[in-house]
Amino acid sequence: MSQIPTDLRYTKSHEWVRTLPDGSVEIGITDHAQHALGDLVFVEVPESGRKLAAGDACAVVESVKAASDVYSPLGGEVVAGNGLLATQPELINTDPYGQGWILRLKPATGASSTSLMTSDAYQAEVAAGG
Amino acid sequence: MGRRTPLFELHQAAGARIVDFGGWDMPVDYGSQIEEHHAVRRDAGMFDVSHMCAVDLRGAGARPLLLRLLANDVGRLTAPGKALYSCMLRPDGGVLDDLIAYFLDERWFRLVVNASTADRDLAWIKEHAKQIGVAVVPRRDLAMIAVQGARAREKAAGSLPAECRAAAAALGAFFAAPGDEWFVARTGYTGEDGYEIMLPSELAADLWNSLKAAGVRPCGLGARDTLRLEAGMNLYGNDMDETVSPLESGLAWTVVLEGTRDFVGKAALEAQHAAGVARKLVGLLLLPRGVLRSHQPVFAGDAGRGEVTSGTFSPTLERSIGFARVPVAAPSQVEVEIRGKRLPARIVKLPFVRNGRALIEL
Repeated sequence: MSQIPTDLRYTKSHEWVRTLPDGSVEIGITDHAQHALGDLVFVEVPESGRKLAAGDACAVVESVKAASDVYSPLGGEVVAGNGLLATQPELINTDPYGQGWILRLKPATGASSTSLMTSDAYQAEVAAGG
Repeated sequence: MGRRTPLFELHQAAGARIVDFGGWDMPVDYGSQIEEHHAVRRDAGMFDVSHMCAVDLRGAGARPLLLRLLANDVGRLTAPGKALYSCMLRPDGGVLDDLIAYFLDERWFRLVVNASTADRDLAWIKEHAKQIGVAVVPRRDLAMIAVQGARAREKAAGSLPAECRAAAAALGAFFAAPGDEWFVARTGYTGEDGYEIMLPSELAADLWNSLKAAGVRPCGLGARDTLRLEAGMNLYGNDMDETVSPLESGLAWTVVLEGTRDFVGKAALEAQHAAGVARKLVGLLLLPRGVLRSHQPVFAGDAGRGEVTSGTFSPTLERSIGFARVPVAAPSQVEVEIRGKRLPARIVKLPFVRNGRALIEL
């Protein structure tokens, strides 16, 4: 059974979003997603300053088996990519909601994580095989 | 739902991730593909390879049939039990399949062919067997378990039935010991020592459980793929198929053109050889971070372009490795296009890893 923390928001494409105290958001992929991908061996994170629209491919996560895109749940400007993942991509497997975060974003005006799925909604999505 | 092996329920109960492989529901890993890979390189692991098809050829015409059908020369098989790796070709030299042929006695050869090509292979073999009078018997009643790794043979010994234990222990590399029901071969697809064991399907679960109790780790097809890549072994459908010849697939060493033996595809290969083979299959080491994947374009400078045929992350080398088909004149360093960026890669001599040891410089 995969973990789904209740204080985060989620997307159908298995990203999670955490709102930080300064109003920026942290984005990663869910426990369910990392489990489905298997051992991660390479992660390409976005450069700071890159502008993203909601739904843009913003990072690539590669497991031994395959490469997958990560989509930005919100529009905004990249504040930071997680540099640790360059040498320790497995952090996404071992700590998907913590050290395995992928990028931080300053949301565009009007973009809010409250428009995304709650943990209950995501739980139902996963249970339905999404 | 795909076809299932006799061990499917065991895989499912063990929490394996199941994927479609050539129409079969097969375990790709049981949690961590990388740990399974290391288990084989450092200790012992086992694979359910029951989707592969054993085919018995019975009758005095079995050897003449294979002399005609295989690009490698079964005339070289003189000691009973000896195995030979070969391609089976179309008349135009394209590779229909790669397989292992075991010589058991003058009236009995056994082939092991790939799952995805088994039906086509059988039709092809039967068509030629008709003229020679050989019985072609697919052995779907058998399960197949590969036990591989430095400690595979010692760990597997106690799980074999008493009557084939001594014969298995005495096997030389690339030899098999056939029994009435069990068949133990010292062959594999990982670059490590070990056995490939065929046995009646109804006994497969007991063997699997016994091996597990002896400390042999269940491994999925994911680890099997990274192991064979490190070992420099081709995968049919990725690294060669009916559109290329063995000479363009790093398999010239398995083709015997010398002598008067005429096999299907020989004339085409002789013509290709005489004209000069334009492309070759090579090993690639990606220099920066990233992962090589099949179908990525390869730029070989003035020599032209090629393509990655198989690529992965090598758990042993902790770097990305792969095979690519490139122009014969390709320089020792090429570029591979990954998501729009050209990254440098070095052509290296295969294999990357054998018997637990890295054989290339990083």
